[in-house]
Amino acid sequence: MLRIKGLTKRYRTGDLAIKGIDLDVPDGQVMALIGPSGAGKSTVIRCINRLVEPTAGSVALNDIEITGLGSAELRRARRRMGMIFQEYALVERLTVMENVLSGRLGYVGFWQSWLRRFPQSDIDEAFRLLQRVGLDAMADKRADELSGGQRQRVGICRALIQNPELLLVDEPTASLDPKTSRQIMRLIKELCAERKLSAIINIHDVMLAQMFAERIVGLRLGEIVYDGLPDKLTPAVLTSIYGEEDWSATIRKADDADEPVADNVVPFELPRPDRDRLAGLT
Amino acid sequence: MSIAVPSPRHWKKPPLIKRAWLRWTLALGAALYLALAFGTTDVNWHRVWEGLPRGAQFVTAFFPPDFTSRWEEIVEGISESLWMAVVSTVIGIAISIPVGIGAARNIAPAPVYYFCRAILAVSRSFQEIILAIFFVKLFGFGPFAGFVTLSFATIGFYGKLLAEDIEDMDAGQAEAVRATGASWLQWINFGVQPQVMPRMIGLGLYRLDINFRESAVLGIVGGGGIGATLNTSFDRYEFDSAAAIVLVIIAIVMAVEYSSGYLRRWVQ
Repeated sequence: MLRIKGLTKRYRTGDLAIKGIDLDVPDGQVMALIGPSGAGKSTVIRCINRLVEPTAGSVALNDIEITGLGSAELRRARRRMGMIFQEYALVERLTVMENVLSGRLGYVGFWQSWLRRFPQSDIDEAFRLLQRVGLDAMADKRADELSGGQRQRVGICRALIQNPELLLVDEPTASLDPKTSRQIMRLIKELCAERKLSAIINIHDVMLAQMFAERIVGLRLGEIVYDGLPDKLTPAVLTSIYGEEDWSATIRKADDADEPVADNVVPFELPRPDRDRLAGLT
Repeated sequence: MSIAVPSPRHWKKPPLIKRAWLRWTLALGAALYLALAFGTTDVNWHRVWEGLPRGAQFVTAFFPPDFTSRWEEIVEGISESLWMAVVSTVIGIAISIPVGIGAARNIAPAPVYYFCRAILAVSRSFQEIILAIFFVKLFGFGPFAGFVTLSFATIGFYGKLLAEDIEDMDAGQAEAVRATGASWLQWINFGVQPQVMPRMIGLGLYRLDINFRESAVLGIVGGGGIGATLNTSFDRYEFDSAAAIVLVIIAIVMAVEYSSGYLRRWVQ
């Protein structure tokens, strides 16, 4: 359970990015955070793991107050929050395996990580995750040899190997084509369901948000202006979030619910897609 | 409504200096100074003419290069220079890594940043020869003074370029590593080092190259190495041996140049 109370961020430039928002995310909930550029979406999730230091307010994950932790405790708390980035943010000159294992850095000592001698259990888990996303054959490739969709899946593995309780996802599909975007969102949703993870997903694409999230929070100018079910996103709501625009083509119609995605992709309701399917979609 | 036919509009590239009087004053001033400078350069054409055959004599004295008669001294000088170059590069780089990390604005807190920048500035403000004269006075003649000089100069060179490379790195990759709960050292090792490593290996080899060439000069002011051998051979008017030394230096510099080019391609 993530509990945010009165979270405020004022940047040194004086811009008030978030204006005291309150937000609770129960365990296992996949929540999408939508809003125009500059609304403060990225700032909100970076304040949760304190990559950005909040100015005021409190953030608590499973009753551990994150604001106010010392640096060693903060590192321990960060282990429990996996983060997935826009543009993947893989360390490009490290191999796929090193990138995945970097998710364990909070758990191993410096010399162990420096010599790349991670515990066997971590290596097993890394291979298991890579296999799950269909990339185990790529383990020793350098990250910059992969395609966008493959990189984002490595990014997902890096977040999951932390064994997190919460996923913070920042524009996961911003640089992906529409099909890969759906695959990535579906993968995140499936993995959250498998592991009973809660997730906060910043996303620009309203339709994707409606397809894959159970709850949608709309942010405008640092304030929450909508908090509710995906189906309740009406043109009026979207106008309140983004401003005046013709929304008729954006809102998902009820008969789209089965989500007829292109090709032979199995709908995400299936218990566990075989990895060949994922491996083929590169 | 009639549209007025626009007269053809002219366009000229705007001048670099907008104010016309300033532009002309600067141009005239520069021309005047150059004229005066050339006018007062004192060339004695008679002496130049007389010196030409002597110059030719001097040049022919270099041929053929004599590798044999001073071979032992050459080998000794070269190995001393190579020792100086390698050891000073290794020590200099080892010291410059923490200094360079501290001098990167994006990862070091302000007091550390200013302190490390000050170290780099001091190290970079003196030319190697001036440092060498100072260290020769301090430690006495010989390769040790040369080694200290080159290490000191390496810190400024390598530290500054390392700091600048860190400042240019992709912050997203480093942020992602920080988000995993990595400690500071782990963050440097996983998030920063991979991004700067290829360029740093190339620069390390380049600095080795520079240090070897510098070591040839340092000998002239007493810093030991092949420079001392070269200086001695000039003092003895053994120009054929000097030519041999120069050729050996050129060969080694070229060898380092080609191998570093190859290595740099390989680490990309």
